[in-house]
Amino acid sequence: MNAFRAPSGGRIDRTRPVRFSFDGVSYQGFSGDTLASALIANGVHLMGRSFKYHRPRGPIAAGADEPNALVGVGRDEAHHTPNLRAPVVEIHEGLRAESQNRWPSLRHDVGAVNDRLSRFLVAGFYYKTFMWPRSFWHKVYEPKIRAAAGLGRAPTAPDADRYTQVYAHADVLVVGAGPAGLAAALAAGRSGRRVLLVDEQAEPGGSLLHEQAATIDGKPAKEWLASALSRLGELENVTVMSRTTAFGYFPHNMIGLAERVADHLADPDPRLPRERLWHLRAGEVVLATGAIERPLVFPDNDRPGIMLAEAARAYVNRWAALPGRRAVVATACDSAYRAALDLAAAGIEVAVIADMRPEPPASLVEEARAAGIRVDPGTVVTGTRGRLRVRQAHLSRLLRDGTAGAPEPVACDLLLMSAGWTPTVHLFSQSRGKLDWREDLLAYVPGRSAERERSAGGCRGIFALADALADGAAAGAAAAGLEAPAEAFEVERDGSAAGAFIGAVPVNRDPGSVRAFVDFQNDVTAKDVKLATREGMRSIEHVKRYTTTGMATDQGKTSNMNALGIVSEALSTPVPQVGLTTFRMPYTPTSFGLFAGAARGELFDPVRRTPTHAFAEAAGAPFENVGQWKRAWWFPKAGEDMHAAVEREVKAIRSSVGVFDASTLGKIEVVGPDAVRFMNLMYTNAWDKLAPGRCRYGVMLREDGFVMDDGVVGRLAADRFHVTTTTGGAPRVFAMMEDYLQTEWPDLDVWITSTTEEWAVIAVQGPRAREVIEPLVEGVDISASAFPHMSVAECRFGGVPCRLFRVSFTGELGFEINVPADHGLAAWEAVMAAGAAFGITPYGTEAMHVARAEKGYIIVGQETDGTATPDDVGLGWAIGKAKPDFVGKRALDRPAMRAPDRKQLVGLLTEDPAEVLEEGAQILERPDYAVPAPMIGHVTSSYMSPTLGRSIALAMVRGGRARMGESLHLPMPGRVIRATVTAPVFHDPKGERLDG
Amino acid sequence: MLIITCPHCGPRPEIEFRYGGEAHVPRPAATETLDDAAVADRLYLRTNPKGLHRERWRHAHGCGRFFNAVRDTVSDVFLATYRVGEPAPDLEALKRGAGR
Repeated sequence: MNAFRAPSGGRIDRTRPVRFSFDGVSYQGFSGDTLASALIANGVHLMGRSFKYHRPRGPIAAGADEPNALVGVGRDEAHHTPNLRAPVVEIHEGLRAESQNRWPSLRHDVGAVNDRLSRFLVAGFYYKTFMWPRSFWHKVYEPKIRAAAGLGRAPTAPDADRYTQVYAHADVLVVGAGPAGLAAALAAGRSGRRVLLVDEQAEPGGSLLHEQAATIDGKPAKEWLASALSRLGELENVTVMSRTTAFGYFPHNMIGLAERVADHLADPDPRLPRERLWHLRAGEVVLATGAIERPLVFPDNDRPGIMLAEAARAYVNRWAALPGRRAVVATACDSAYRAALDLAAAGIEVAVIADMRPEPPASLVEEARAAGIRVDPGTVVTGTRGRLRVRQAHLSRLLRDGTAGAPEPVACDLLLMSAGWTPTVHLFSQSRGKLDWREDLLAYVPGRSAERERSAGGCRGIFALADALADGAAAGAAAAGLEAPAEAFEVERDGSAAGAFIGAVPVNRDPGSVRAFVDFQNDVTAKDVKLATREGMRSIEHVKRYTTTGMATDQGKTSNMNALGIVSEALSTPVPQVGLTTFRMPYTPTSFGLFAGAARGELFDPVRRTPTHAFAEAAGAPFENVGQWKRAWWFPKAGEDMHAAVEREVKAIRSSVGVFDASTLGKIEVVGPDAVRFMNLMYTNAWDKLAPGRCRYGVMLREDGFVMDDGVVGRLAADRFHVTTTTGGAPRVFAMMEDYLQTEWPDLDVWITSTTEEWAVIAVQGPRAREVIEPLVEGVDISASAFPHMSVAECRFGGVPCRLFRVSFTGELGFEINVPADHGLAAWEAVMAAGAAFGITPYGTEAMHVARAEKGYIIVGQETDGTATPDDVGLGWAIGKAKPDFVGKRALDRPAMRAPDRKQLVGLLTEDPAEVLEEGAQILERPDYAVPAPMIGHVTSSYMSPTLGRSIALAMVRGGRARMGESLHLPMPGRVIRATVTAPVFHDPKGERLDG
Repeated sequence: MLIITCPHCGPRPEIEFRYGGEAHVPRPAATETLDDAAVADRLYLRTNPKGLHRERWRHAHGCGRFFNAVRDTVSDVFLATYRVGEPAPDLEALKRGAGR
């Protein structure tokens, strides 16, 4: 039996004991327990070590706001999740949890030496200490700091769980199923509209789950909750989801919901995902997210056993877990009295209530004293003792001068604190609503909304139960479009939540000598925050980044307001002028798996395979990723490396015949009576005189005159063009054509259709190409005279329909066989069989690149970079100068586009023929240079040319065409390479081989 | 995520659309007599306002049509969407309407 478990009460199921382990030790809890409540019931408060100083820490909260008790959970590496908050981890049989940021053990942690070095680890110490030598940062300082400070460890195995994503709509979304949210859902539910009520906890109810005293409409809170849930259950238009966190508020009322489906189950149905991401679109949103209790910032306020007052009340009432035997309560807020009374009722001795306020409400003081609890008004905690658990609190009277008097030590194993309540405005703020400062509450509350949204209850500073219920009901009715009269709730024996404090509590010694924690998770103290203001930080945004306060995974849920209070006091500036940091999604940490959903592994990004992929795979070809395409890179024979294979493939193209899968080329069918007018506008070339059955190399510009794409275009009929584009440019070209067709020239009678995947394209290139394919072609004479270079014909190839192009990207006699994609592999195999007698050689993209570079053919995106005109890359001839207009024509007339010193395409031959330049290498005029060197160009393509038996390169060089024969210089590490400028065509400059 | 009302298809989520830049920017056609500064203006300069912005969208994963919209760049609220060729709405009138 648990030593710290109350004999009765709570919402745990005592008939269902659950065994779990923490740091390898086996414990018992009950169904309904969280990891924190079960450990507390076993007397365990030490659950973690702090981020920076490795101080022993226990839970301070009972919910999502927990900064300290972070644990790793999971049965193995493939199911391990670090940094989970123990108060929200539901236990199940066999659950395995481990503490974090400690070595060798939680009780004996070597890293705790940081705590003794704390005077050197002040705010900004990274910036101050680790600046020099500069090179040490990456190699020495950062790895050491990362090893010493930190949270949980990342799992070492891929996540074995499944995550799904769901899209849904609701007329009214209510976030938070506490009193206000339940009342809102009940009110909205009556309208018949679709209402969704979501809550992050295991069961709906919020604060009602641990409310023992209050009654609503004559019923105890627990019974009212049960009846409210059963009424909601009867409404078919209302859905209630628990274990569902509204983590993000996105524009136009889209709310991200993280539903935890399986983590709380010992043996979940394997068909269930671990989590579901809901993309929820809501007509109206009611935020009923409640409020978070603030800690008091006093010296050594972080020992295990020190917790928020309401959290202790929840552990006792909801889980029957007793967080101690003897408690001291330190407060600035009425609500802690209710916690003290409930703890006393559960048999915990409450030694004293130390209330900061000189005159706490008399009724509360009387009630406490009547229960035998000593109340000291005007008293604060100025220190604590106890290494792994608090054992003593030092109480001091507040003095008139604003300091505290001599301490009185009080023995305790539990110290409760409350500085009042901070409305949970995270989602409201994410929705871009404006926050208003309420001096009476010392809190920010929602002001003007930016979305169709309203807040209700605690999250807008309405804490009294009756008021929160009525506020929720009114918000729910309004959100559902009901003009219902205000609903009233009869509430008796409600506690009060009046009274608040922000900032650091006065102390009785030098405030610079104490450590009072503001941000528990990032180990930021009041001293650090004050230091930041002394060092010149004025905006809270700067203080935040300098001290890291509020930057931990809890985003400062318990710390931001205290930090603001300290800055406000230090700068003597009212809080609203200090500012407020931005609330960002997610509200609580959310798994990467949830966002990834099914988009991982094979499904991460679509893979496009060409029709001959299986052939290339069987041939052992490595593949190159080109966009989403897999393209065969080269086809190695036994013992060949890339260089040898590419050399053999290029030689085959030049001497006999090669075959290449060019199916990835973009293809667009341009059809219609105005097709030729449209082509004249989209491409620089003139198309009127291109006869059906002929092809032309087309160049497309953007409106700013720079080359966007290129490709061969075949005219199949007067009104039909077969346009090809670069592999990567196809969608871009199609979108641009569509844009102009719809918006600039909607009068043109033209249709465009993407046909990229309709056609397999087999390029057969080399002096023997015609002999290879001739027996397979039916319906067209492909002799040199009847079917010259740049011809196209519709025919049959190997018995299937074909568009046959006589084109070349190698400089040799060449054909591109377009057959329906489903026949691609068969056509390829037919070509291979027919070419066997000629030693036909399949080649990959590398040989294609080399062969085209030998001919000086550009590749858009390699020679061009979005700032090259057609003339820059030697394509001035492709401009239809007589045409009245085409996209980019006017821009080409701008003076800068005609400047003589523009970078122009040239060839480069290195002095040493074995030297292959690096692509991207910069080019200088002189070998001796000082940094910054005047760069006049760069290498765009560079290969060892099998045909020339030496290296070749293409480059873009300022005024390049006027530099033929000049020596230029390429600085590389430790040396300078000399090269001579040449024309960019290295092989068959007259193009005679094309006419073979 | 925004909801955008395609004038052809109705309200649809943002992922179905592609942004198309500022609307009502005439292209510098070669047939016009424009000085180089005017050409540069049309090619490169956009208004980039804080507030109401007339802009082009394409319902790329829907009907495929381009259309125009008026969006408040501060709040991301769409005040109007209209078809290509329809006149641009009066921004001042839209502002007054949004203020109500």
